Amino acid sequence: MTTQFHPFVLPFTIGAAILFCTIIYKFTRWIQTLDRKQYHTAKRTFMTSDIFPALWKMIKDIFKESLLHIKVSKINRRLGYMHRSIAFGWFLLIVVGLIETIIHFGFRGHAPWTGVFYRFFVYGNNNIVQQVFATIMDLLLLYVLSGVTMAFIKSHRPKTVGMRKTTVLRWSDRLLRYALWSIFPLRLLSETMTATLHNNGGIITQTLGNLIPLQVAELLEVPLWSLYSIALCIFFVFMPYSRFMHIFTEPLLIFLKSFGVKESKQPTGFTKTELSACSRCGICIDVCPLNNELNINNIQAVYLLRGLRHGLAYRYAATNCLLCGRCVEACPVGIDIDAIRLQARNKKRIDLRNNYTYIKERPFNAVGRVAFFGGCMSHLTPNIQESMKKIFQAVGQDYWIMDEERTICCGRPLEQQGFSNQAAELRRKNTAMIIESHATMLITSCPICYRSFTQEYHLPIKVMHHTEYIAMLIEKGLLSPEMSDLRIAYHDPCELGRGCGIYDEPRQVLSTVGTLTNVPLQRENSLCCGCNLGNTRLQSTQQLKVRDTTLNNLNTDHPDLIATACPMCKKAFQQSTTQRVADVAELVAQQIKNIES
Amino acid sequence: MDTPKQHIVVIGGGPAGIVAAAQLAKTHRVTLLEKNDKLCNNITNKFKLFPNFADADETAAELIATTKNENITVNTSAEVTKINRADNKWEVTTDKDTITADAVVIATGYDIFDAHRKEELGYGIYPGIITSLELEQMMKSGNVVTRFGDKPRRITFLQCVGSRDAKIGNHYCSKLCCVTAVKQAIELRKISPETEVFLFYMDLRMWGQGFEELYRQSQEEHNVHFVRGRISEAASTYDGRIQIKAEDTLIGQPLKMNTDFLVLMVGMEPSCGTKNLSQQCNISGDYGFAASKTPHLLDQTTEQPGIFLAGSCKRPYTLSDTINDAYAAAAATERYLNEKA
Repeated sequence: MTTQFHPFVLPFTIGAAILFCTIIYKFTRWIQTLDRKQYHTAKRTFMTSDIFPALWKMIKDIFKESLLHIKVSKINRRLGYMHRSIAFGWFLLIVVGLIETIIHFGFRGHAPWTGVFYRFFVYGNNNIVQQVFATIMDLLLLYVLSGVTMAFIKSHRPKTVGMRKTTVLRWSDRLLRYALWSIFPLRLLSETMTATLHNNGGIITQTLGNLIPLQVAELLEVPLWSLYSIALCIFFVFMPYSRFMHIFTEPLLIFLKSFGVKESKQPTGFTKTELSACSRCGICIDVCPLNNELNINNIQAVYLLRGLRHGLAYRYAATNCLLCGRCVEACPVGIDIDAIRLQARNKKRIDLRNNYTYIKERPFNAVGRVAFFGGCMSHLTPNIQESMKKIFQAVGQDYWIMDEERTICCGRPLEQQGFSNQAAELRRKNTAMIIESHATMLITSCPICYRSFTQEYHLPIKVMHHTEYIAMLIEKGLLSPEMSDLRIAYHDPCELGRGCGIYDEPRQVLSTVGTLTNVPLQRENSLCCGCNLGNTRLQSTQQLKVRDTTLNNLNTDHPDLIATACPMCKKAFQQSTTQRVADVAELVAQQIKNIES
Repeated sequence: MDTPKQHIVVIGGGPAGIVAAAQLAKTHRVTLLEKNDKLCNNITNKFKLFPNFADADETAAELIATTKNENITVNTSAEVTKINRADNKWEVTTDKDTITADAVVIATGYDIFDAHRKEELGYGIYPGIITSLELEQMMKSGNVVTRFGDKPRRITFLQCVGSRDAKIGNHYCSKLCCVTAVKQAIELRKISPETEVFLFYMDLRMWGQGFEELYRQSQEEHNVHFVRGRISEAASTYDGRIQIKAEDTLIGQPLKMNTDFLVLMVGMEPSCGTKNLSQQCNISGDYGFAASKTPHLLDQTTEQPGIFLAGSCKRPYTLSDTINDAYAAAAATERYLNEKA
């Protein structure tokens, strides 16, 4: 039999055509609306020899993440299996189906839909190749079906796949999910019917097919194939407007990222790509401290991105967030959630620039080789600044404490609240001051300022976090604090760790003055102190609840004290009456014994 | 007098403990336990007492004199480590011995808030930033001078340090810092009239008899300056004075001011003893203070039969409040013992 047409192929074919047109249209729009900087970054990679590593990385990432879902597996093996079996299984079904079709019909001899309905059209020549393919396809279908079953269970009992909470879906997402789930059982049933009639099934479909009476199969064969085709059609037509758009968007996102494209301050086509690349898997819900400690579960990345994508209300979700970055770290797709959140907070239209006229740009009388910028939060933790002075003196460093003159905020808190114009104004004034001071290096003890200075400013001098600086001094043998028998638990500040990737330096420094204790959730997985300036919505009692969980985590191994490298975190922990807490610099300064001058 | 003599342990040798002990000793045997080496420390570390500027030492001496009674055994330097229930009696274990009592009065009182916890105020970092208690001792020694030996040109008070502060977790008002600051300001102006005195407050709570009059007097007769606003941070200046940053919320302006001393009006917190004992007896209340059964009719009684509360182990109290409360606690104890007998 070599007929390749039956009316039931029409829904599938039309659906697939619509899908591809929509996707091509959307992708073109998104790429067209990249901003100039993103476009040039991509172009630069494209035009130079960087293109080969970029392409290789892209292929590797698409295979690893879009198909195998390695990152999801690392977070949760069962969830990883679920995603992998559906994505990779379906991918293989298509590929193997295509190979089978090509073997039978040759490259040019088959219609576009033949691979999808192969068993219906091809039977009669039961050679070994045919049987092997039939069995492979059966096993692949079984693989996909196991994933679908897990997905079904997950939607009702997320705990069985190891998730505490799963995303609450919109009705359209739910409808489409049922369409997707029905595709594979329908295919199994259709093939079974055909196997009953024509004996062309594989190990599973044939076994099942032999159980079905001939009359039943004759009656149901075409209706079932039709339903299969219609399910595919529904899924394809509505997919671009649902969360399942991530299937095609993720490779595009990986493509753009491989070419160095990053999130801008304003929403661009890249942002749209990221919004559509979210599969709403809900991993961000499980890692969010607001969900875990305060049961606030409508503001997580998945809901914010959905709100932004579909034009639903998103303001509340945008603002009620600590910006701790745990979800950014956990997101299997690697969406830059915090950047998108800041875009959503944008209050650019509110012009408060005149407010800053009172800040005089005046010459400074103090000039030193190293400028120390404690920042607003360090004003509230003067011990850190005093300790840094002691350290500077111990190593004979020329220093200039900027805060003793009239300093202003680094601008990041404003940036975090969406006042990007105002933040830019502060950055301009600070940059002028720093350049005028002729300092050769800027040291800050505040991770919030540090992140701003390294990622938002374009300073002509080196910027170091004070833990980096102290680690450097110790490494070079300029500073050798005495060892003590203190047992110290180190808390990774969100802005320093996940924000700037500084995990090792504070630990190196601390291990010279005491023994680090084991903290279960640390480094990338560390918890937020709850007082991050990113959130202005939480009540103080709610902040303290988040903080207490973090303290419990830190106190697991009963340390003598908690060390941190952020004045904000320090203040948060200090508010707890029983907690001994110190900045890394304080501990080092305490252990410098042999200083005279 | 046919009730048999019973044995009562009073924990805490402050005014509450002393008054309760003296009252109960009229009919019973009392052991008064004090962890320090002398009684009434929280009075004798003061100079004068509000509202009438009574001498603190004399007041303490009068109180201590009432413990000279054959029915009262005073054990100083005896810190209670454990309280156990034994049948219908209580076993009180100190670091020295164990005493069995028919009833226990807890009068373990308060401690001042540890100002180190408000790091932005620079206590313990910059010389010249002191607590109200340290100022009191300075005035008591008659030696109010800066560390350079000069008379202070300006002294600034800051109210509500560790009280009414959500950030530190103490939402309650300590009740007596407002009037204490006014009292200290007047004393300072008397001792050293050339010293300017500024007082930063959120609102002034002059609730007691004579307090409002004192407040008026401080402005009219002693020219104390009141500024409504909290001090946000304090640091050292180049010449070793203190610079504060604050906001005058009445005129809506931020301000900076240099001063020789910044006096932190530290609030009251439950003492270690109060926290430990109330936890052990399962009568721990808000913020670690001991909890009475009800605030009105059974304010000296606890959920534990035979354990009574007197004074500022329950909440911030002035000296007058404390003494009244101690009488009430003695009466409640007496009633309990009579019912038991």
